[in-house]
Amino acid sequence: MLRKAIALAVLGLALVAGPAAANTEGYELRHPKWTFTGPFGKFDAAQLQRGYKVYREVCAACHAMDLMYFRNLGQASGPFYDAEYKNPNDNPYVKSLAKDMQVPDIDSETGDVIQRPATPADRFPKPFPNEAAARASNGGAAPPDLSVIAKAREGGPDYIYSILTGYLAPPAGLQMTATQHYNAYMAGDLAPYWKGQGHAPKGGFIAMPPPLAPDKVTFDDGTKSTIEQQAEDVTAFLAWAAEPKQTERKQFGLGAMIYLLIFTVILYFSYRRVWRNVAH
Amino acid sequence: MSGPSTYEPKTGIERWLDTRLPIVRFMYDTALDFPTPKNLNYWWTFGGILALMLGIQIATGIVLAMHYVPHVDYAFASVERIMRDVNYGWLIRYMHANGASMFFLAVYLHMIRNLYYGSYKAPREVLWILGCLIYLAMMATGFIGYVLPWGQMSFHGAVVITNLFGALPIIGPPITTWLWGGFAVDNATLNRFFSLHYLLPFVIAGLVILHIWALHVPGNNNPTGVNVKSKADTVPFHPYYTVKDGFAIAVFLLLFGAFVFYNPNVLGHADNYIPANPLVTPAHIVPEWYFLPFYAILRAVPDKLGGVLLMFGAIATLFVLPWLDTSKVRSMRYRPTAKWYFWIFIAAALVLGYCGGQLPDNPIIGAPSGLMLFDADINSMVWLSRVATLYFFAYFWIILPVLGLTETPLPVPEGISEPVLSHPATTPSGAAASPEKRG
Repeated sequence: MLRKAIALAVLGLALVAGPAAANTEGYELRHPKWTFTGPFGKFDAAQLQRGYKVYREVCAACHAMDLMYFRNLGQASGPFYDAEYKNPNDNPYVKSLAKDMQVPDIDSETGDVIQRPATPADRFPKPFPNEAAARASNGGAAPPDLSVIAKAREGGPDYIYSILTGYLAPPAGLQMTATQHYNAYMAGDLAPYWKGQGHAPKGGFIAMPPPLAPDKVTFDDGTKSTIEQQAEDVTAFLAWAAEPKQTERKQFGLGAMIYLLIFTVILYFSYRRVWRNVAH
Repeated sequence: MSGPSTYEPKTGIERWLDTRLPIVRFMYDTALDFPTPKNLNYWWTFGGILALMLGIQIATGIVLAMHYVPHVDYAFASVERIMRDVNYGWLIRYMHANGASMFFLAVYLHMIRNLYYGSYKAPREVLWILGCLIYLAMMATGFIGYVLPWGQMSFHGAVVITNLFGALPIIGPPITTWLWGGFAVDNATLNRFFSLHYLLPFVIAGLVILHIWALHVPGNNNPTGVNVKSKADTVPFHPYYTVKDGFAIAVFLLLFGAFVFYNPNVLGHADNYIPANPLVTPAHIVPEWYFLPFYAILRAVPDKLGGVLLMFGAIATLFVLPWLDTSKVRSMRYRPTAKWYFWIFIAAALVLGYCGGQLPDNPIIGAPSGLMLFDADINSMVWLSRVATLYFFAYFWIILPVLGLTETPLPVPEGISEPVLSHPATTPSGAAASPEKRG
């Protein structure tokens, strides 16, 4: 009786589910081939170096990375790691990168607020002194801190890459405002602004103007500076910054998993041996 | 089962200690010699797994507390500092965060084992109730722990859950204010949550000791549900179950490791890496996966107080389960009808978990039907949750009480050695095994 009822319920569900219409979702995120995904993924140092340059020359104008220190750039699996300088604070390249930037400090003699060249122990300087200033300079939308952005968005690096390369021409019939930009991968409902035919297009408005342009950043290693290249490199840099210990985690994990696997096999055969004379 | 002690002190110091504080005798009797039914399957390994997970959570938690700063301005950054600058901080924190999920996974499997094999029935009611108390304390600890990183989900989850108490008439609002330590979720809330998050695991540890004590009086249930008749039905806990539990623990740790090392954030929510901002509410507030079935029950009821009462009612139901199930047969192996209702119950619980993670108005399949029943489209998560919630309660309050009286169980074996054994001994010499001797 009950079994028949279950069979009927399953059949009913199958019949209803069959003609189910496809749901309208956002565009599927773009997915470049990352070097750092998967259990054996590693960051590519050259890519991280290019990505840092994109961040420094483009993103850093508006976006802070408050959890990042210059020393992070020279730590193991970081963009400027040099095996000769285990302590990244001694890394001359990191030192010179830091020295190019000015950070606020207090003069210990006079107590005055001063600007001085950064050291590897300093945080990345913030572009705005506070959130109100950030808002005021950016049409009311404060640019988010990018320290952990790759972990803080659904889709992670794919999402960041998609947003950076998703500034398509706004579909005809979409009412634009002066401070908003159309992005195909931004979450949002464009129906109120849609004056064209049929359904409103996918995507949403974003306050950030298209940040990248061909040849906007000159890569020191001669890589061709396309929007896609810049987006891919800066995304890799942000993914690394969100989790600088990712490579260490995967390497440690490999050893731990192999150890556990061997341990499991040994325990299984011990179990078989201990129980061999017991019917159970 | 807790028969006379067979411990014999072998060394001088053991004899000396045994007449003063027989702690070695106690440990020998409970952990080494404890007679355990020989037919326990892998569903019985989760007790050991859970004990280990509690140990891991306490050990990693103590280290995390050394580096964590319970202040609204520093909590988020201090957690990230652990991940970046503390030696192996990423490992400790990911073990702790994923360990909570693994702990709940194991406890749910442990509870499913109980429900299927009727382990909650006499004489193990107190054992079951202690387990329910552990589960309740785990839920409180898990929820409070998720608040501590002070991300967006932490903050807004804390607002939603603490506000549930506000639905209670008269005492609700004062309780909420008391929980918050103010008039909103703020620094005082975070501070007391940190304090409680450090306290509750030790409450759990105390309950676990009582749970093990209550286990050792009647002894283990077993897959047949038939009482142990003689010593021939049992084997000493060590080495038989230490090695079997050890194997299961190692397999479980492989799963744990797969999350910690390769998918450490997959069970969390991306929004929790955005620092808490009371002025910006996330589009979709969801609790951790292990609370989703209860979240679905909460949202299935259109009235806030009703939803809160039903949600707590779902947990309260577990406490009285031993007196709701009227069947004299413990194991579902011999209950052909109940078995089907049991699996539908598991399906209903999974459906509730799925609904809890979806927006209430999302259609179940295809597009909304446009057919409104009361307040919601009949093709919506709300109605699916309502059907599953109804079954959840009906299973405990109607099906189990009635079925115990009407169902004709299959013939139950006389003793646990009688049914056809799934793993006969490789040597036909009988049950007396001595694994320490080479055979």
